Amino acid sequence: MHGRVAKMAKRGTRRGLVQWLLGSGLAASAASFFYPVWRYLNPPEIPEASANEVSAGKVNDLKLNSAKIVKFGSTPALLIRTGESSWQAFSAICTHLNCTVQYRDTTRQIWCACHNALYDLNGRVVSGPPPRPLEEYTVHVRGDEVVISRRG
Amino acid sequence: MKPLLMLLVITAPAWTKDTCLECHAALEGRLGKPAEQFKDDIHAHRGFGCAACHGGDPSSADPKVSMSPSRGFRGVIPRRQVPEMCARCHSDAALIHRFKPQQRVDQLAQYRTSVHGKRLAQGDLGVATCADCHHAHGIREVRDAQSPVHPLRLPETCAGCHADPKHMKGRAVGTAQFAEYRNSVHWKALAERGDLSAPSCATCHGNHGATPPQVKSVAAVCGGCHALLEEMFSRSVHKVAFEQMSAPGCVTCHGKHEILPPSPKMLAGDGSVCASCHESQSKGARAAMHMARRLAELQAANERSGRILARARQSGMEVSEAELRQREAADRLVKARVAVHTFDLAAFEAPVKEGLAIAAETYRSGEEALRERDRRRKGLAFSLAAILVTIGGLWLAIRRVESAPPGELGR
Amino acid sequence: MAVTETEPARRGWFEERLGLDSVRAFLRHKTVPRHSGTMWYYFGGITLFLFLIQVATGILLLLYYRPSPAEAYESVQFIMTRVEFGWLIRSVHSWSANLMILTAFIHMFSVVFLRAYRRPREVTWLSGIMLLGLALAFGFSGYLLPWNTIAYFATKVGTDLAGDVPVIGPWLARFLRGGDQVGGGTLTRFFGFHVAVLPAVTTVILGLHLALVQKFGISTPPKVEEEARRTGVPIPQMPFFPNFFLREMIAWYSALAVLGALAALYPWELGEKADPFAPAPAGIRPEWYFLAPFYTLKLIPSRVWIFEGEVVGIIGFGLLALCWVALPFWATRRDGSERTRLVTGAAVLLIAYLAVFSALGYFR
Repeated sequence: MHGRVAKMAKRGTRRGLVQWLLGSGLAASAASFFYPVWRYLNPPEIPEASANEVSAGKVNDLKLNSAKIVKFGSTPALLIRTGESSWQAFSAICTHLNCTVQYRDTTRQIWCACHNALYDLNGRVVSGPPPRPLEEYTVHVRGDEVVISRRG
Repeated sequence: MKPLLMLLVITAPAWTKDTCLECHAALEGRLGKPAEQFKDDIHAHRGFGCAACHGGDPSSADPKVSMSPSRGFRGVIPRRQVPEMCARCHSDAALIHRFKPQQRVDQLAQYRTSVHGKRLAQGDLGVATCADCHHAHGIREVRDAQSPVHPLRLPETCAGCHADPKHMKGRAVGTAQFAEYRNSVHWKALAERGDLSAPSCATCHGNHGATPPQVKSVAAVCGGCHALLEEMFSRSVHKVAFEQMSAPGCVTCHGKHEILPPSPKMLAGDGSVCASCHESQSKGARAAMHMARRLAELQAANERSGRILARARQSGMEVSEAELRQREAADRLVKARVAVHTFDLAAFEAPVKEGLAIAAETYRSGEEALRERDRRRKGLAFSLAAILVTIGGLWLAIRRVESAPPGELGR
Repeated sequence: MAVTETEPARRGWFEERLGLDSVRAFLRHKTVPRHSGTMWYYFGGITLFLFLIQVATGILLLLYYRPSPAEAYESVQFIMTRVEFGWLIRSVHSWSANLMILTAFIHMFSVVFLRAYRRPREVTWLSGIMLLGLALAFGFSGYLLPWNTIAYFATKVGTDLAGDVPVIGPWLARFLRGGDQVGGGTLTRFFGFHVAVLPAVTTVILGLHLALVQKFGISTPPKVEEEARRTGVPIPQMPFFPNFFLREMIAWYSALAVLGALAALYPWELGEKADPFAPAPAGIRPEWYFLAPFYTLKLIPSRVWIFEGEVVGIIGFGLLALCWVALPFWATRRDGSERTRLVTGAAVLLIAYLAVFSALGYFR
């Protein structure tokens, strides 16, 4: 009789242990699954992956006949203000040996310092070693913001 | 001669017979080869025959007529007369205009200013004439890859004489240039990368007006491509100093033909270029040491950043933005090496400082990425522990369910 | 049974409206045979579990993914770098896909070795093979979605092979590619297959498969049945609920642990964005589950008698697949006895072929 009661008591405490293990284990593992999912569902700070369009600053940031380098996806882009409301943008990577090109306002040409390459304002090679023209990007002005995007 | 020539040219399409080619094609050896080669010749393609240069009458099958001096036959053109013979057409702007309006017609004028031209005029027959570089009978356009003056083949053509000790015997110019050029970055760009804009012999020496650049013009010649470097050099203290020493710019440090990739070893250390003029502990030598040290520092910082980012990337962290930023630091290293040519420590320091700052920034990004990786692993450990606890509970529950006698748990 | 007073009232409300009683009764009577091969019974459930994980993580990925060549790669990169725990969701999805196909194969071969395809379970077998095919289709279509170099060229090779199928090949290739080349059309199409068409078809076939499994119960291998007949001892059974169920939960939780560890310690790579104009990088390979047929095709000479090598290969695979699908029909003789040795031999050969040629395809 005593043995059977003892056995039942043991089962009772065992049952408590099992329930505790199962309960806390399930709760903890559930938390470790649902916490990441919950955080995932909340959109991050920068809600867009922008590799095809980049804001290049305000219209008034650039004076006429001047240029600046803008980060476009994983490469630099050259933005040139050619007129009051006309803009050009190209990939700033020279097609010869990948140096970064710059704008020369005196001659209104794009120049590469490495081997003296010259491109015109259509990105075409004027002189020097580059084998191909510069990749051209489209520029839109939205309100007072200048936006560069890929063509096509 | 010219009116006769014009006649031959104008009536070219009317020719149905070219007995020169017909007979000589059937011959062997020295007499037959030109006819075979002429098939590929651009002059043949444009309607010029053998008689255009050698004279004679190509309509007659009788050698006594076709090769008669009375018909203008000249036989083999004497070496000394080759340039003038080619120039009969190639200096005639109106004539060339009918075939290629953009082609130059001043080759003979240029040739006369060249070392080859001047020596030929003095009677030296061992120098190059038109036919030596362009060949006489299978003349192809320069842009034809098989032409001996195509950019990829030009160095070999020049080397045909200039690397041959027997030919250059008794001449001061030496024969090492071709072998040296083959070790250079310019040849590697040309031959291995196929970059046709890379310089070969004619780019620096000129082709028809081939003359080595004079001491004062060397920097300008290199500056044709390396414009920024020439600009920096000409504003530096070395320009005046070199002029005073009558030393040419650029090649004094970099060599003439064997231009190798530059390295900080040129600045300081054993066999450095600077030490060949600057005594050790002089102002110049100390500046060179400083630049060498700073370049090494920047390079080491870049490598450090590269290594930690690679480690982070290999552990599965996404570090492409930091790696992109690191390219800017690599750019600064290039800028710093270029800025050496100002020989001005202030101008040199600017890109070095920027580069070190960027490398420090990307290194911190790498450290942060590794910290994030450790945080993820801790999170994993927690969830694994939770799962193990649950599995433990499940197992115990199974044991309980299966060890209880039937009925006890209400089943 | 120790129940509180309110429980019967609550239970009654749901029971009345959902008819749970019959479900509970069924579960109470469902049993699983207990013998040396019982552990193989878990693999179907694990495959199902991994599929459910795919659905869940797939839906989460859908919240940020963009199916166009201009944005696909960038959106996956965005998930990996900017979205909190995005790396985890994506890596779990990729790893779970591979593990699911592996467990599906194990499940299929365990069914063969335990002879669970016998009458009346032939339709269960057929629906199972269809599910395997659907899983491979999921794998092939999903692989392209990140639009990286390796996926682009693997898809090119794969759709080119589809074009070698006799008669319908060119149409099939064009249908898969959404055009003549692998491009934006292919991506949109594969996305549609992956998130809509295949899930819909899978739901139906999976429902059928699971319903049939419940209907006919878990099959007992013939050897165990023979033994029971011989000795007169009934086959030991395990109640499905809670015994087998608890064990299955352990299996599912372990799978979860493995997935989590793989995702955190060996995150899935993203590679580089696909550039259709760049030449194919050396050593393009499909994913491991396509390696065996891929390598076999590489070995076949370009011309076999008067036929093109690849066509011969594809027809060969087709015939092999047909034989395998028809297994229940040739595995049993007309008198009801099993061609055990033939089936075992065929299965062992198939496993050996798949293992060896996958390894060769991987290392060569």
